[in-house]
Amino acid sequence: MLDLAALLPIAQNGDGFVRDPAESGTSCVAENDTVCVGWAVDNIDRYVTPTLEHLELVVLSVGFGFALAFAMALISHRRRWLVPTFTGVTGVIYTLPSIALFALLLPITGRGTTTAVIALTLYTLQIIYRNIVTGLANVPEASKDTGRGMGMTDRQLLWKVELPLAVPEIIAGLRIATVSTVAIATLAVFAGAGGLGAEIYNDIDFKTGIVVSGTIAIAMAIAFDALYVLAQRWISPWRKVRPV
Amino acid sequence: MSITPRMRALLALIAALALAFTVAACGDDDDDDDGGEATAGLIEENPDNNGIQITVGSKNFTEQIVLGEIYAQALEAAGYDVSKDLNLGDETVALEALESGEVDAYPEYTSTALTSFFEFAPEDVPSDPQQAFEESQDDFEQLGLVAYPPTPFSSANAVGLLTETAEELGATTISDLEGQSEDLTLYGSPECRQRIDCLVGLEENYGLRFKDFVPVDIGLRYEVLDKGDADLSILFTTDAMLFTDPDTYTILEDDQGVLPAGNVLFVARQETADEAGEDFGATIESVQENLSLEVMQELNARVDVDREKEEDVARDYLEEFGYVE
Amino acid sequence: MSVAAPTVVPLADVFDSFSGAIEFIFNERETAGGVGGEPVGGLEQIGDLLWTHVEVSALALGLALVIALPVGLYFGHRGTGELLAVAIGNAGRAIPELALIAFMAAFIGVGLLNVTIALAVLGIPPILTNTFVGVRQVDRGAVEAARGMGMSEAEVIRKVELPLAAPTIMTGVRTGAINIVATAAIAPLAGVLTLGDLILSRNVVGDDGVIAGAIVVALLALAVELALAGVQRLVTPRGLKVQRAGA
Repeated sequence: MLDLAALLPIAQNGDGFVRDPAESGTSCVAENDTVCVGWAVDNIDRYVTPTLEHLELVVLSVGFGFALAFAMALISHRRRWLVPTFTGVTGVIYTLPSIALFALLLPITGRGTTTAVIALTLYTLQIIYRNIVTGLANVPEASKDTGRGMGMTDRQLLWKVELPLAVPEIIAGLRIATVSTVAIATLAVFAGAGGLGAEIYNDIDFKTGIVVSGTIAIAMAIAFDALYVLAQRWISPWRKVRPV
Repeated sequence: MSITPRMRALLALIAALALAFTVAACGDDDDDDDGGEATAGLIEENPDNNGIQITVGSKNFTEQIVLGEIYAQALEAAGYDVSKDLNLGDETVALEALESGEVDAYPEYTSTALTSFFEFAPEDVPSDPQQAFEESQDDFEQLGLVAYPPTPFSSANAVGLLTETAEELGATTISDLEGQSEDLTLYGSPECRQRIDCLVGLEENYGLRFKDFVPVDIGLRYEVLDKGDADLSILFTTDAMLFTDPDTYTILEDDQGVLPAGNVLFVARQETADEAGEDFGATIESVQENLSLEVMQELNARVDVDREKEEDVARDYLEEFGYVE
Repeated sequence: MSVAAPTVVPLADVFDSFSGAIEFIFNERETAGGVGGEPVGGLEQIGDLLWTHVEVSALALGLALVIALPVGLYFGHRGTGELLAVAIGNAGRAIPELALIAFMAAFIGVGLLNVTIALAVLGIPPILTNTFVGVRQVDRGAVEAARGMGMSEAEVIRKVELPLAAPTIMTGVRTGAINIVATAAIAPLAGVLTLGDLILSRNVVGDDGVIAGAIVVALLALAVELALAGVQRLVTPRGLKVQRAGA
């Protein structure tokens, strides 16, 4: 059967639509030789959604991770024998390569943001839990004695003395966890989620794209890091901010 | 020392931020909001189609994503409620998604369908597009799927290499590689290892043995030639790069017909087609009329070479040929 | 974008997936889709992928050690550059793994050498920072005593600072090694076929293959972690062990 559509002259509707091949291969992105700053500036809006998705992954994961680690720390605070167990389990989880964890979760939670957030949350547990425990352990006996002397119950002691004094250590842990999560979240694309990693993976040979996405991710990490330093200073200005 | 007001404020701020993001996360999807207005040109919005949900999928390379966008946007213009689930994976993943209902339709090549799904030998794939279409129609029907008539353009896998390499080897056809292939590395997509119109066919039908086959992402198929990592790479005949750089890249002639060309058929679930009514098929057949080989290559070029977004390129196509305003 | 509610999967299905994966590890089978080609799975293929994974990881770790240890020792000994050493450690955590591998593949090329370099980049920061900090934290008294005994600077580093800093250094090596082994899983994107190839090629190896790959690479990571933890215990001088036990 004759393919009439192919016989119709394109000039009817698409005159000029098909460009001369020789011409179209010369722009910066066409050459794909190097980073095209001009293109990046013009097209920056296509990175907005991936950046927001990425941000969402990080905030949700660190948020849930903190909540979970905090609960674990509270539980193990009075039951010291749990500390090695929790430390061990969170440590083992952290060892697992992320795409492996995504793959293991897939049969249970399917592809998508949920799986990515679950995995990323699990990865934050080790450092946050460890820092909360260490922070609480480093509270000076003198402060606790004072509190007890004032007649505080164990619970009051925890919430009014120990935790506040542990705050710098806790924030240090959150800081490390957040920066790491920004980096690991680039792999969320393999769990079926979006983010800057998806932007890279879907155009994996595009040099400018890789550089832009990577730069945004690194900038995000740096921004979070700075925010935490500021928070640490604001909350306890009398303490020198320790390098982590 | 107790929790200072400052700390309270900070904790409240963090909580508020976390809450805001969670709310945003559970909010609406950022789907295109371009339907609903009456469009001049060929596609008319039919209010009867409102409320009919269609999910359009595609496989995982540029041409497929562009096609998915074109079909999706056309159906959207016709009044359907369209959502997109593009970039699913290779043909086995896409078919699975279609059969399970994860997507309602996606574009597939006749050659791929016949060789990968319906176990045709490559030499049995009809070179006439209409015939290939009819052959696959019955098989699709048995899966509860319906295929629509073919696009004007067709595409095929091809064994590609740098022109200078081709000259060194003195090869113009794939058969010319006989005796030399043992020293050459071939790069292709991961699924190439199991496709008859890819590595399997090259090994069984052409009898070629390569020094190594390395699976890489489809997006890197030209990169690996440029860097000299690959002697040979599996390319597509509709690739833009073959036409923007004809002196750099060459494809070898498929003299034994192992890499058949296939036109694109829009394949949909029977239930979806039934529910969607007449406009469904009519829109599909109309919108693909102008997809000639040159136009498809141009669309591919805009994405692969000029790095435009597939969505925008599809929109340009629809506007250019008068399908939407 | 919405966060989908997780679908509840029957426990039986989950067990099926995992038993299918175990089966995949030991026995070859036909490819998941398509019409033919080499069979997948089985101990030989798993072994090949495992070997490549170990190979590229070991090379990368070695390269990271060769670069980071001397630099960390030198500056730790001198006592200068603390801010930089710590900053590098922080910065290392911020490196997006996928961007790094993709950068390597697109800008420099695919292949073993390039992936090794990319992975080494991930291993250097924790080793460098921990070496520096470890040396800085060595008891000054011990160092002075050594100098007093007539040791040269190099001998001080070798015989006093390095052994005493060893536990802290090993912590950094462990972190670096885990980073490397984990990221080596996505090396297939740059043409190096590690265990990640199973996870990334679902259409070829099937769901069973993906889970099999995940299981084997997880076990590998755990094995590496345990091995290095053992090494850490070996290099911790007995005196320090007592100190630490009390902490």
